[in-house]
Amino acid sequence: MELLIGQMFAGLSLGSVLLLAALGLSLTFGQMGVINMAHGEFIMAGAYTAFVVQQALGSAGVSLLLSLPAAFLVGGTMGLILEELLLKRMYHRPLDTLLVTFGVSLILQQMARDIFGAPSVDVRVPAWLQGNVELLGAPIPLTRLFILALALTCLAALALLLKATPLGRRIRAVVVNRDLAESSGISSRRTDQLTFFVGSGLAGIAGVAVTLIGSTSPYLGPNYIVDAFLVVVAGGIGQIKGAAIAAFALGVLQSVFEFSTTASIGKVLILAAIVIFLQVRPQGIFTLKTRSLA
Amino acid sequence: MKVQSIKGAFIPVAVTALAAVLTGCGSQISDPAAAGQPSGGTESCVDTSGDSIKVGFLNSLSGTMAISETTVFDSLSLAAEEINADGGVLGKQLEVISEDGASEPTKFAERAGKLIQQDCTAAVFGGWTSSSRKAMLPVFESNDALLFYPVQYEGLESSENIFYTGATTNQQIIPALDYLAEQGTKTIFLVGSDYVFPRTANKIINAYAEAHGMEIVGEEYTPLGSTEFSTIVNKVRDSGADAVFNTLNGDSNVAFFRQYTSVGLTPDTMPVVSVSIAEEEVPGIGLENIEGQLTAWDYYQTLDTPANTAFVSAFKDKYGADRVTSDPMEAAYTSLYLWKEMVEKAGSFDVDKVQEAADGVSFEAPEGTVTVNGDNNHITKTPRIGKITSDGLIETVWEAPEAVEPDPYLENYDWASGLS
Repeated sequence: MELLIGQMFAGLSLGSVLLLAALGLSLTFGQMGVINMAHGEFIMAGAYTAFVVQQALGSAGVSLLLSLPAAFLVGGTMGLILEELLLKRMYHRPLDTLLVTFGVSLILQQMARDIFGAPSVDVRVPAWLQGNVELLGAPIPLTRLFILALALTCLAALALLLKATPLGRRIRAVVVNRDLAESSGISSRRTDQLTFFVGSGLAGIAGVAVTLIGSTSPYLGPNYIVDAFLVVVAGGIGQIKGAAIAAFALGVLQSVFEFSTTASIGKVLILAAIVIFLQVRPQGIFTLKTRSLA
Repeated sequence: MKVQSIKGAFIPVAVTALAAVLTGCGSQISDPAAAGQPSGGTESCVDTSGDSIKVGFLNSLSGTMAISETTVFDSLSLAAEEINADGGVLGKQLEVISEDGASEPTKFAERAGKLIQQDCTAAVFGGWTSSSRKAMLPVFESNDALLFYPVQYEGLESSENIFYTGATTNQQIIPALDYLAEQGTKTIFLVGSDYVFPRTANKIINAYAEAHGMEIVGEEYTPLGSTEFSTIVNKVRDSGADAVFNTLNGDSNVAFFRQYTSVGLTPDTMPVVSVSIAEEEVPGIGLENIEGQLTAWDYYQTLDTPANTAFVSAFKDKYGADRVTSDPMEAAYTSLYLWKEMVEKAGSFDVDKVQEAADGVSFEAPEGTVTVNGDNNHITKTPRIGKITSDGLIETVWEAPEAVEPDPYLENYDWASGLS
């Protein structure tokens, strides 16, 4: 029983990490169709932001909370620069953006290595997040609970942004039919920029979260980018709720596979499961119904 | 609508394919020998006419292993500097050529080929992971060149062209198991990264356990660089093992110990013996997550020998007072001096003559006197179990009564007869 609860939470927790990593991507890739391979490096930038803020402030507790908005700004700004300098020239050319952003990701990794050094740095976990709470005998780590809460908060905020704000309405309008949106007076340029800013900013927040569980090194990005893409693709491109469901499904599924086999085999099984799923439903869990011709 | 459906189907497929390629990247192993083709004959191109001699340092200065291997590079550089200040080797100054192995075995093989054939170095020092050593081995053998490998490893190997200055299994893993048995440990959980060293080490541990009435209650591997340990730590905790034997490598240790501590496991309830965590790795993992845990090595910075005091202070003078010294760094430092002693005994940089002279060469190393065993090209070492202290260093809690002869194939252990 204790183990079962521990494992269920492990699945949810892994799902929340996947969701954080994928949420921004589901905006930039899902809504805008940009394959941004540098998304993982925006996560890394967020992680290093947490490190820098902690070095500057000293106190682990305050700096964690402060580094969340800081990392959002850092990630968002980097995304904005990438969008403005490169990506806006190659919308509707997915393979080109893939190659260009992969190059950018290598450049960002090298920059991190030059600035912070190759060894990983230690971002301390604040005292109020150390230890665990017991749930029916199973220890639930506080850091994992924090990440779960953070992921759900980000999800809710993003859903609210898309549903209930003028920006969200513009984003959705551009996704559904870019030409019609433009002829209705919406600046699709401006919408693209803001979407990319928010999506990349969410990657920054994910970066802060992962400093709590793993090491912060220049090679952090590639650990998450593949899983993040898998979540977005399995969830259905352009679907925030699809990404959320896919993230938790993959998290739970992976911890079940890993528990009943081994970590390496579990990873193989999860990839196989996704491939089979996409054979049956190439469009993912949800499909975006659009009247657009393109 | 046709266009829409094609585009909709194409992107998921492309991304999934890409994901598969990226996941496969890290474990891509091509034929290592192909990377460093011998240039026909084994005629050495080493230039011994001038007043300097070239040596190669081959370490991962980038990639996931850089956290560990850059420190080996630093201590090799220190040894080279000291040797040069002291008059060099056979009166020749060392000229160091450094190459980046980039944490990829194929890169190691390729760079080793370059150091031997293009740079014409007299000997190469470096390598860390067993995969990198296995990839370099055919390159050194086919070119009849010398590699000095400074890291503890899984044994079951002995090449004429490699000198192993780190511990083999009977100088690290078996003493650690002896120590655990002495402490009354009956059940052990094995956690490791999924590659050569942990797999082989755990095979040996399984054989040892069977012969000594211990039980292995779990054996888990994660891909190198993995940061997700919720499930494994759950399994460890549920097993109720007396101790955990940890052969994880690199950054994975950070995630493992963070998760381990956060579910309430402590050195008192379930100690972890690690064979790849040294002084250098402690700050990255976070002292609060690892204080009190055990390590198995042959050298700690806290050792009280005159040679170690000199080594530690020279290292801190060169690189800063906040730097620490670790077992692989000491083994690397020692390897350069051992090569110097071999060359001077042979009176030549010639590979054949150095190999002939190697047996019995000894050096007053920071870990104590080490002597080369010419039969298997390993060196004698003194196993030590350490405990991580509150200042981030490691203190010796147990030490073998005398230096242990290297036995890479475990020929002197009856229970290990089925392993090699």
